[in-house]
Amino acid sequence: MPRVTLFVTCIVDQLFPKVGLAMADVLERLGYQIDFPEAQTCCGQPAFNSGFWDEARGVARHFLDVFEGDSPIVVPSGSCTSMCGHHFSDLFQNDPAQLARVKALEARVYEFSRFLTDVAHAGDLGAHFPHTVTYHDSCHALRELGVKAGPRKLLSHVRGLTLKEMDVAEECCGFGGTFSVKFPDVSGGMAQTKIDSILRTGASHIVSVDSSASCNSRASSPARDSRSKPSTSPKSSPAANPP
Amino acid sequence: MNPIPVEAIQTALGDKRLQTAIYSSTGRLMDKRAHAIDPAEIDDFQGLRAQANAIKKHAIDNLDYYLEQLEQNVIARGGKVVWCRDANEAITFVATLAKEKGVKRIVKSKSMTTEEIDLNEHIEHTGIDVVETDLGEYILQLAHEKPYHIVAPALHLTRYEVADIFTDNLHVAREEEPEKQTQIARRVLREKFLTAELGITGANFLIADSGAIVLVENEGNARLSSSAPRIQIAIAGLEKVIPRAQDLATFLKVLGRSATGQPLTVYTSFLSGPRRQGEIDGPEEFYLVLIDNGRTRLLADEHKRQSLYCIRCGACLNHCPVYRKIGGHNYPWVYSGPIGAIISPQFHGVTKDPWLPFASSLCGACAEVCPVKIDIPKVLLELRSDITTAKRAEGAGKWERLAFRVFSYVMQRPKLYEMGAAMASAVFPGSHGKWLSSLPTFMSLPTTKNWLSKRDLPPPAERSFRSLWRERQRAKGAN
Repeated sequence: MPRVTLFVTCIVDQLFPKVGLAMADVLERLGYQIDFPEAQTCCGQPAFNSGFWDEARGVARHFLDVFEGDSPIVVPSGSCTSMCGHHFSDLFQNDPAQLARVKALEARVYEFSRFLTDVAHAGDLGAHFPHTVTYHDSCHALRELGVKAGPRKLLSHVRGLTLKEMDVAEECCGFGGTFSVKFPDVSGGMAQTKIDSILRTGASHIVSVDSSASCNSRASSPARDSRSKPSTSPKSSPAANPP
Repeated sequence: MNPIPVEAIQTALGDKRLQTAIYSSTGRLMDKRAHAIDPAEIDDFQGLRAQANAIKKHAIDNLDYYLEQLEQNVIARGGKVVWCRDANEAITFVATLAKEKGVKRIVKSKSMTTEEIDLNEHIEHTGIDVVETDLGEYILQLAHEKPYHIVAPALHLTRYEVADIFTDNLHVAREEEPEKQTQIARRVLREKFLTAELGITGANFLIADSGAIVLVENEGNARLSSSAPRIQIAIAGLEKVIPRAQDLATFLKVLGRSATGQPLTVYTSFLSGPRRQGEIDGPEEFYLVLIDNGRTRLLADEHKRQSLYCIRCGACLNHCPVYRKIGGHNYPWVYSGPIGAIISPQFHGVTKDPWLPFASSLCGACAEVCPVKIDIPKVLLELRSDITTAKRAEGAGKWERLAFRVFSYVMQRPKLYEMGAAMASAVFPGSHGKWLSSLPTFMSLPTTKNWLSKRDLPPPAERSFRSLWRERQRAKGAN
């Protein structure tokens, strides 16, 4: 049985544990044996994005230790995938020994939907979700990883699901981690643009590969009501409807 | 250390008319670009971007060589080259020359480099009439405003506001139709062109192997500014040099498309020195003013040097969700948007406006559209690191630093992480809503309150993934 290692991210671990469990269900259904190294914490992105690179390096070194090995590492987040798959190399650009470890790691890290489409070649998983949904392209997944067609292809296999695209699908939701803390008004304005576009689709659910980005849309939605309730992962749908 | 201009930003955000003007103008430019780079319109636009990047990288990495070659070729064509270390040297040169030559009127075409050095303001003080001849710049000169956008300087003004500006300043009948307004400007400016003794332009490209200065524009005013007056000055930053005339083909293909969605701008002019014997037009004297003004400092940094590749197309502004909200005047310098956020701190020092590189969600839209492939988010991240390092040296930002040290310490100790998280969820179980505001937060309290005024963070789940996972594995083992 092929093995995969889960990096669930601190956000899914603490705020959206069901996303992690759903991801595990899907992977098991596809025949993978799952390892979850319990020493995992965070990828260090908040410190890195805030300019605290020494602090981020410490967290990154811990990550490298925890994820030593050779099985694919699957991550339910485009943003965290891009941190360990792209930006660890920025942190260690002057440290050849660590950089070699980072390069080995980069080849193993997959955003979850990419793993499903490119490695597991997942098609119809028996999922059923009789709703109209819209897909939110989170920025790091879209631009740093090039994840765009994959999630849409996966959704096309979900029975009963109608995908309604936004008119500004590729525009940022305004989250940006600490950006939303330092510039709450600007971030809120950006979220509003996105939310207006979401509401225009008439979709009952938002699908995204990043739980953090959906925080901002959910949080800033006008009534903070169920109309724009995000389902945080396209993969949560199969698990929600087991055979 | 200047603080975030919070009030000015809030004013811009709350101004519905302004928001509509910015959003629709930049949106139009985005649509036009998208159409112009479509494979049906041009082959391999992405390949052209890569090529433009490679040429710029080569030119900037070998700047000393190409600048000397440029100088030799400009001189060979009868022009003079003036090297200026900073804004002051450039202004002094222009003012002194104008005085020496008895200049009473200067016509200028649009140039960000002259905005950068505040040329107009300084020359006007000497009693010389300086006239902007680009329509947008002319409107702004009348309104005493700075450019709002690198390419479309009056992008924030509606035609009704332009009508007000024209009637107030030119004492003409009110016209609200853009075509009529253009005719008014044309009438006024034509007389200025014919009477000015000195013409000043910027430069889009400086070609080292031929000593030619290339100007790209749509209104013909740069061509007139550089041909009607008897003395001609082109003012350019050092980084505008490209090696060969043939390289221009690449840049012209990406510049117009990225800026305004045009395959080529209406006018592309080549200035190559003063009028030679037998030629029927052209200036009697030609000067190329090359400005450093901090550029060689950027050159020293291997990672951030790419900031100098910029060809000022403005595409990063149009596609930036932050620029589209806060507008051009809330950036601390004439260079606004993502490119402004990476070059301003490098020109002025990172601690002058330490908030600027943080005013980005790092969405990457700028890098995606940049015609010369500047990795703007990466430079922003490098600058953020420079800023925290500089702040540390100055003893500033202590609380934030402490917070991230704690973060780093905890994230390297899984047991501590789990314990801390468990405590957070025990203290705030199911407190759907504003749980975060009751935490002793790592940011200053007012900041958090501000954040929560726009959104809630979902409360921590009652049980973490790892706890649920253990249970799941135990249940499996039992089966």
